[in-house]
Amino acid sequence: MTDRQITLLFAGITGLTVLILVFIIGYVMINGLPGLTLQFLLESPREMGRTGGVFPAIVGTVLLTGIALIIAAPVGILTAVYLTEYTRDTWLPKIVRFGTESLAGIPSIIFGLFGFLFFVIYLDLGWSVLSGALTLSAMILPTIVRTSEEAIRAVPDAYREASFALGSTRWQTVTSVVLPSAKPGIMTGVILAIGRAIGETAAVIFTAGSSLRLPRTLLDSTRTLPVHFYILAREGISLENAYSTALVLILLILAINIAAYTIMDRLAKKES
Amino acid sequence: MHRSETLVQWSLAVVALSAIAVLALIIIFIFKEGSPIIARLGIAQFITGTKWSPTRGMFGILPMILGSVWVTLGALIIGVPIGLATAIFLAEMAPSRTSQILKSAIQLLAGIPSVVFGFIGLIILVPLIRKWLGGPGFSVLAAGIVLGIMILPTIVSVCYDVFKAVPQAYREGMLALGATRWQTIRMVVLPAARPGIIAAVILGMGRAVGETMAVIMVAGNATKIPISPLAPVRTLTSNIALEMGYAVGEHREALFATGIVLFVIIALLNTLARLVARVEKV
Amino acid sequence: MKRFIPLALGAIILFAILAAIHSLRAPARRDENHAPASITLAGSTSVQPFAEILADEYMNEVENIIINIQGGGSSAGARSALSGVAEVGMLSRELQGDEKTLVPTYIAYDAIALVVHTSNPSRNLDIAEVQGIFAGKTTDWSEVGGETRKIHVVTREEGSGTRGAFDQIIMGTVEVTPGAIVQDSNGAVREIVAGDPSAIGYLSLGLVDKRVKAIAVSGVLPSIATVANNTYKLVRPMILATREGPRKEVRDFISYCLSEKAQAMLAKEGLVPVTSVTPGG
Repeated sequence: MTDRQITLLFAGITGLTVLILVFIIGYVMINGLPGLTLQFLLESPREMGRTGGVFPAIVGTVLLTGIALIIAAPVGILTAVYLTEYTRDTWLPKIVRFGTESLAGIPSIIFGLFGFLFFVIYLDLGWSVLSGALTLSAMILPTIVRTSEEAIRAVPDAYREASFALGSTRWQTVTSVVLPSAKPGIMTGVILAIGRAIGETAAVIFTAGSSLRLPRTLLDSTRTLPVHFYILAREGISLENAYSTALVLILLILAINIAAYTIMDRLAKKES
Repeated sequence: MHRSETLVQWSLAVVALSAIAVLALIIIFIFKEGSPIIARLGIAQFITGTKWSPTRGMFGILPMILGSVWVTLGALIIGVPIGLATAIFLAEMAPSRTSQILKSAIQLLAGIPSVVFGFIGLIILVPLIRKWLGGPGFSVLAAGIVLGIMILPTIVSVCYDVFKAVPQAYREGMLALGATRWQTIRMVVLPAARPGIIAAVILGMGRAVGETMAVIMVAGNATKIPISPLAPVRTLTSNIALEMGYAVGEHREALFATGIVLFVIIALLNTLARLVARVEKV
Repeated sequence: MKRFIPLALGAIILFAILAAIHSLRAPARRDENHAPASITLAGSTSVQPFAEILADEYMNEVENIIINIQGGGSSAGARSALSGVAEVGMLSRELQGDEKTLVPTYIAYDAIALVVHTSNPSRNLDIAEVQGIFAGKTTDWSEVGGETRKIHVVTREEGSGTRGAFDQIIMGTVEVTPGAIVQDSNGAVREIVAGDPSAIGYLSLGLVDKRVKAIAVSGVLPSIATVANNTYKLVRPMILATREGPRKEVRDFISYCLSEKAQAMLAKEGLVPVTSVTPGG
């Protein structure tokens, strides 16, 4: 084959990859759009979701993801600060890094099993918003640590040296120089973590349960959008509502990704 | 001043330990729940037993181990060539603006929830396989294709970064010798990037082995060792998720024990990836 | 010595968090006395849709009460009721083993219907034929009087109440073939059978709709009448189980489930009211 033909072949394969994405999003849009009304977003489901909307599932998703983030973001960012700014090459950062890397590789179903044993049963939180959120926070922690670490490492040493020269302590340097410069990168990581948390099913179904009601306290069970979608689609309760639920989910994730890329883009422009 | 700095350092160290604490808790709780039954049956019997019939007290997970292996293999056969070709095109051939846009688009694929992949597989792929290839449609093939697509973004983005890390001088040397672009890629870029590509494949494997919901929806979940790509199959992950809610006593322990096996497989894959990464650095 | 400081601090903070979570739980439980009371039901996915319908209606009628309903399966339901994770366990089979310490309330009976694709000409199978098909001995529809076509067996996962009842009544000591497709809900079984002309599965009669065809077992079609007069054999109970001495709210809801209105609603959904069944059947 000539060089040109090979380039064309590879371009074709790339086209196929992109086509799969376009197809999936397009398919869900075409089938989900007719059912996607304001009413659908703001109503409670009736008859197990055969009719009515997805409001409680939206609330459940936002609550779970929000609380998971409140827990995981500070822990993750501070861990990254520790790993980048405060460690010499001792045993402690090594095991921390090992722990984070191992955690990143663990499948979500294992997080689900763990969350069920630890939060639901052992801590007696039951199937609840809190159990689900705590499980999710453990799951997204490595993503936040890794991206924050990269962002902090990218901050030029000259910044730190200038700060030290002015007599700042290490912690003052971190809070007033390093973190502000690394903010866009950290934000991107946090947003990616949100995306992962929103789309999660396996870890959530065993910890937050699948109640259709609007949760009133953090100890009430709830159902997130992917769980609701999974149940609607698999049990054939209502295909139309399933498509619309999937569309809400995909739009949410698209919006989050676009936000992440906009921030990254701005960051790239600032650098150049 | 020094005193407060030390305090900050120790506090940060404590926070940083939370990742390790979570990992330790996961290991402790899952092993505590799952290991008694492995001890009772013997590890050999548990992982080489071919019969899974919890209500009859038979706990052999070989069909699920092989199921995970076949399905993951299928995912790699589909995902790796397509992903690699895409990464080569984006990193070595496409103009940088096009490459940036396409790369972000492929990253979006990574954001789509696994249940949506599973659902599309269920609605479109399974009936197609049933109609044109025979069998019930729920099969190793269906799960392999769905997982293959799901690991594409991982393979593409890791390989892309690896290619970009190959020094430009290597390529220029080859091109100066009169090699074509493809010859350069084949003879210089790919060999230089090999450890990174292997790491990408292992990462993809990890994702495929660990995926649950999408697989449950398209694999058919039969507990028989699959004899053809068109036969239904159950993976380790789907074994857990399918029966977890319903299990009591020994049955539940056996599912946590399945979790232990899955955990060990993933840990081995991670170690392998780390070793490959170390080789790469040398 | 110094290196143990972070470990010790870590342990202390971890325990502080655990303690905080524990204390968070207690007041929330006490709150339930004045805020709207909530009841959690968990268990069989076969009972779940009907419990949802009853709960919806009940919450319309009675103020200040919220009923949460979880799936999970019969065994998990009994387990949750025993451990207190849920107050009411929903079961679609009889209590067994240590579950018998729970107090069962039979709210209805349900027929398990054998279903095939609408294009399948088969109308009737004997129990022996059904057993042969699900054991994997009969592999082609032509062997049971149908057209020449491989049979795709669809079954429920081990541990589910529907599977338990099916095993007990049809299979006896014979094993369901490991080559069978396994799904974890009635709905999922129905979806597969609706799409695959070669498939046979079983599910709750109340969830059979026009996308699939129910066939007769030993000459008797599943219906409320055939269950009530004990001629259709594939029948299992639907049970709400609680620990001894449940709260008043729980007792009220359970007695509502037995009321004439609730029983009529269940009958409309294809279940057989407890009142209409000849006891001992």
